[in-house]
Amino acid sequence: MSLNRVVITGIGAVSPYGIGVPVFIDKLFKGESAVVNMEKEWSPAINDLMCYVGAPLMEPINVKGIPRKFRKTMGKTAVLTYLAVNEAIEDAQLNEALLSSGRLGISFGSSTGSAESTERYFVEHINTKSARSLPSGIFFQVMSHTSAANIAQAFNISGRVISPNSACSSSAQAIGFAFEMIQCGHQDIMLCGGSDELHVTTAASFDLVQAGSFKYNNNPSATPRPFDQDRDGTVCGEGAGCIILESEASAKKRSAAILGEVIGFATNASGVHMAHADGDSIVNCLQDALKSANLKPADIDYINAHATGTVIGDASEAEAVRRVFNSNHVPVSSLKGYFGHTLGASGVLELIAVMEMMKTDLILPTRNLDTPDEVCKGINHVQSSINKKINTVVKNSFAFGGINTVLIIKRYIA
Amino acid sequence: MTDQDIIGRIKEILIEEFEVDEAIIKPDSNMYEELELDSLDSVDLVVALENEFGFKIDRTRDEEALRHMRTLNDAVAFIKQKIA
Repeated sequence: MSLNRVVITGIGAVSPYGIGVPVFIDKLFKGESAVVNMEKEWSPAINDLMCYVGAPLMEPINVKGIPRKFRKTMGKTAVLTYLAVNEAIEDAQLNEALLSSGRLGISFGSSTGSAESTERYFVEHINTKSARSLPSGIFFQVMSHTSAANIAQAFNISGRVISPNSACSSSAQAIGFAFEMIQCGHQDIMLCGGSDELHVTTAASFDLVQAGSFKYNNNPSATPRPFDQDRDGTVCGEGAGCIILESEASAKKRSAAILGEVIGFATNASGVHMAHADGDSIVNCLQDALKSANLKPADIDYINAHATGTVIGDASEAEAVRRVFNSNHVPVSSLKGYFGHTLGASGVLELIAVMEMMKTDLILPTRNLDTPDEVCKGINHVQSSINKKINTVVKNSFAFGGINTVLIIKRYIA
Repeated sequence: MTDQDIIGRIKEILIEEFEVDEAIIKPDSNMYEELELDSLDSVDLVVALENEFGFKIDRTRDEEALRHMRTLNDAVAFIKQKIA
């Protein structure tokens, strides 16, 4: 069976920098940090939190811009999703007939449903002991597939809906599974990506397992520090990203602008530890992704790392990259030092940034990487911008639960 | 409380909580077909009416009446019966 080529025909982003791809690209490529001190917001809720840094969305959302009919079942996670998807649909110029054709589906995940709505749900139940004190739409804000389900309703989509909820790997898996569906001809177009909102309980979860940064609370722009010897954990952020994947034939048929091509995907589980990344399984995942794309390590021009700034995770990823690529030639950088770890949105937002790097022939450095840690050495760390034509890129995305995901994208050549 | 008073308070709820355009709300407007409320809204509307007018729905006894509550005038009749 011959597989369809899968291309990218639209992008949308809500990042800590603001709403829309232009503000995301502008501030990221200027090297700005979106990480801020959150003590005022978080200390009233949890009084023994150590991590007081976060990357919240800096721009207010005009929720009234979303019709109430759809908004009533959306918590913040789904609202962020709606904004990113709406932008991507416009970018790809998908009309109503295509959206409801049954040949267009959704692959969109997040770590959880809306944490803010979940808090309200349980607080009301515990305080009132009543099932009738909450609005009827709240369960749909809380459920794990809230993003995918709400998009389907808001845009009248009747194709497949899948919601990979694999924490920080959600959007990378969402893209990968959609890629395979289009490759195999099950759908022609997929709206893919992921989202997550920033909530104090998210920061607390990372804090609890000693994965949250806390030494830079008074100097937030200095953290997270991927691969750096002084890294002390990650910084949670929020956002949503959407890319439109489409079969090459569908894109050509409607004369869509083609922004890139997805050529490889692999995902696996470490089966080793719930919270720690594992070098062996990352090696397997990288090798499987290269195999799926029929590539050799030497064919890769750039690796966009997952590296979040945790002590163990960054070391495991560096080790795996070193073992698979077996040389120092491939530039490696992480984007977490700019806008934190946007969890379920991180894979797709970072992929959108990679597409801009391909477009501008510029590789962004790892922000806050001053001195590579001994255990992270042996790979080609990008510490200042590199002007280089990049055609083929590996994008890593890992998650709690021992989940690894690797995507490979390529500059599109007809 | 007159019928007009009750309709005024229902209108307020429809405008404030359900974001219905004031201009299209009439006493005989069908809340589902003309004002575009749906089945989820009907659940929230009943709770809003309970809170506004200070009565409690008996889901077994009131089910039939609620099912036939389509217009604002229907709601007025139901509320009057509940607070009588």
